[in-house]
Amino acid sequence: MLVTHMRLGAFSAALALLAASSSGALAQKKYDTGASDTEIKIGNIMPYSGPASAYGVIGKTEEAYFKKINAEGGINGRKINFVSYDDAYSPPKTVEQARKLVESDEVLIVFNPLGTPPNTAIQKYMNSKKVPQLFVATGATKWNDPKDFPWTMGWQPNYQSETQIYAKYILKHKPDAKIGILYQNDDYGKDYLKGFKDGLGAKAASMIVVEESYEVSQPTIDSHIVKLKSSGADVFMNITTPKFAAQAIKKNAEIGWKPLHFLNNVSASIGSVIKPAGYEASQDIISSAYLKDPTDKQWEKDAGMIAWNQFLDKYYPEANRADASVMYAYTVAQGLVHVLKACGDDLTRANIMKQAASIKDLELGGLLPGVKVNTSATDFAPISQVQLMKFKGETWELFGEILTGDVGG
Amino acid sequence: MSAAEEVVTEAPAIEAVPKRAMTLGLGTSLVVLAALAIAPLFVKNFIIFQMTMLLIYALAVLALNILTGGSGQFSLGQSAFYAVGAYTSAILMEHFGMNYALTLPIAGVICFAFGFVFGQPALRLSGVYLALATFALAVAMPQLLKLGFFEHWTGGVQGLVVTKPDAPFGLPMSQDMWLYYFTLVIAIGIYIASINLLRSRSGRAFMAIRDNEIAASAMGVDVALYKTLAFGVSAGITGVAGGLGAIAVQFVAPDGYTITLAISLFLGMVVGGVGWLPGSIVGSAFIIFVPNIAEGISKGLSGAVFGVLLFLVIFLVPHGARQVAMVAQQMLGKLKKN
Repeated sequence: MLVTHMRLGAFSAALALLAASSSGALAQKKYDTGASDTEIKIGNIMPYSGPASAYGVIGKTEEAYFKKINAEGGINGRKINFVSYDDAYSPPKTVEQARKLVESDEVLIVFNPLGTPPNTAIQKYMNSKKVPQLFVATGATKWNDPKDFPWTMGWQPNYQSETQIYAKYILKHKPDAKIGILYQNDDYGKDYLKGFKDGLGAKAASMIVVEESYEVSQPTIDSHIVKLKSSGADVFMNITTPKFAAQAIKKNAEIGWKPLHFLNNVSASIGSVIKPAGYEASQDIISSAYLKDPTDKQWEKDAGMIAWNQFLDKYYPEANRADASVMYAYTVAQGLVHVLKACGDDLTRANIMKQAASIKDLELGGLLPGVKVNTSATDFAPISQVQLMKFKGETWELFGEILTGDVGG
Repeated sequence: MSAAEEVVTEAPAIEAVPKRAMTLGLGTSLVVLAALAIAPLFVKNFIIFQMTMLLIYALAVLALNILTGGSGQFSLGQSAFYAVGAYTSAILMEHFGMNYALTLPIAGVICFAFGFVFGQPALRLSGVYLALATFALAVAMPQLLKLGFFEHWTGGVQGLVVTKPDAPFGLPMSQDMWLYYFTLVIAIGIYIASINLLRSRSGRAFMAIRDNEIAASAMGVDVALYKTLAFGVSAGITGVAGGLGAIAVQFVAPDGYTITLAISLFLGMVVGGVGWLPGSIVGSAFIIFVPNIAEGISKGLSGAVFGVLLFLVIFLVPHGARQVAMVAQQMLGKLKKN
């Protein structure tokens, strides 16, 4: 506030008072813990170490992005103070770090904590403390539940809706399919699997001929691919993370199995999956996307992609641009900045949730053309649109219209 | 070479710790106890939560200390017992609506049985082989918890959310503070019981086995029974700690009980001083706070910083907190004389 210039003369003091009162009358400045005239404190929890440490790059990218925002003057004049802690993907540690952020560092919100088990561990706590757990970095379906958890909001299209879209595609274009599924035996894999089966509905039992699962600690999945082929399946639903997805595509080509191949969006990166597996082996794979793939040549001259590259050049030059997480983090950080700007001078936790729940047709540079961020008081799934794509030559070819698949929590 | 000869020629894995040196003097104990009892009144809820976790991990380290420091058997599988305890409490509370306090003895008994049964094959193994067998248990546990067969109860990969208990009888204290004192009482009880156990006939049998198995059996100690018993007791205490951990964290999931936890507990035991029960709390503090300090120094290299700190501790005080305590005691003794 301006009322601090007490040592000045009476005239200037009076003037200052006048200014303070008038600005106070114009815009009611309201703050919760963690926000002030000069600063907005944002908490974050990431697995910088441990089994999921590859995702730590999300936290680093976000930090770089907020540095850029601060260098450009901050949000309505306030600088973002980004406090990010490591939980090593261990839920008990997540609880400790979340409590540290809320009770010791006194952050305004906890933004984009990563992983389904870690977020589940803190969801009840965050909601009982009424601190926003905003834009969580997991595609599980349960985050869209504003009735029971009004302080928790997701971000990306959820896993179930993605596989439902594939299932609908199969029912329409290949109703007599014999489907083989490979999935990772954890929350992510099982969520995808559930969506897929729900999508097939009553026909799931007759259409799915074989289901194989693998553990993330396994060195290779070759034997599973061989088994899938021998089952006689002619559709392959590939629910794997990048390393295994590349192995699967390669092995398919090696043993000459050519099913209609659906690859989950998690592994749709050209740089980290398709290229290592080989372009030849990857032809005609079907996947879906909501983000632009920075390794895809078709976006080279795209304005959003140019802005992204400029940001990385200046603030995060060591980033691996083939890593889909960098684009993900950039986009979600932009989403947060949008919400904070919309809050104006009312930086209360309640207002942040209110603004986050009233995003209308927001377009961000990293999203595919046509994919828009939308929320409402009853829809806590900001991005729920994807587009199908088929791999041709050296790029993904988008086809069909933008599809919406909202699944409630 | 026969098995008997092998055992005789093998250097003892654990240095013999006389049983008097396993505990603290009465005066010191009371000071520590008073500090633990009063501290929560002056700190934030978050710190109280950390202190609760400190006590819980201290219990788990203590359990390992009884097994390794007491009976000379290694275990890298404590995370499995911890997980069984945590899940037992969580399932009883959430599916059967049982009172949290009642779930703890049940978790303890189930883990005791589990540890006792696991102790049977362990009889045939010693030293590093036993460590490896228990390691297998720790690796298998998170996957077993994910099995579709148990999923109805365990919640599978999604885990189970546990409701935190309120203070009873309308006591004017926060949930965190109540849980802290609740844990403190249990921890003190188990600590006293453990000390008495090690001073008893059974405890002497444990130590005899640790120091020389053949001599112990020649003296009439039932080696098989006491070895499995040590496993059972250790697993039982770890199970209670796991149950308390589930209540404090309010959540159980397979990812919380990986091999990393088992290694942390092992680390805590070594840092606290093998065979020195009061060291458990020091070891527990090490595994809770030092990773946070390491992260504060460098986020990208937290693992490396932690490694350096650990190396320094092991290099400077190889016997851990026990060594520091001994030196301090000697210095105090000298001061008194002067």
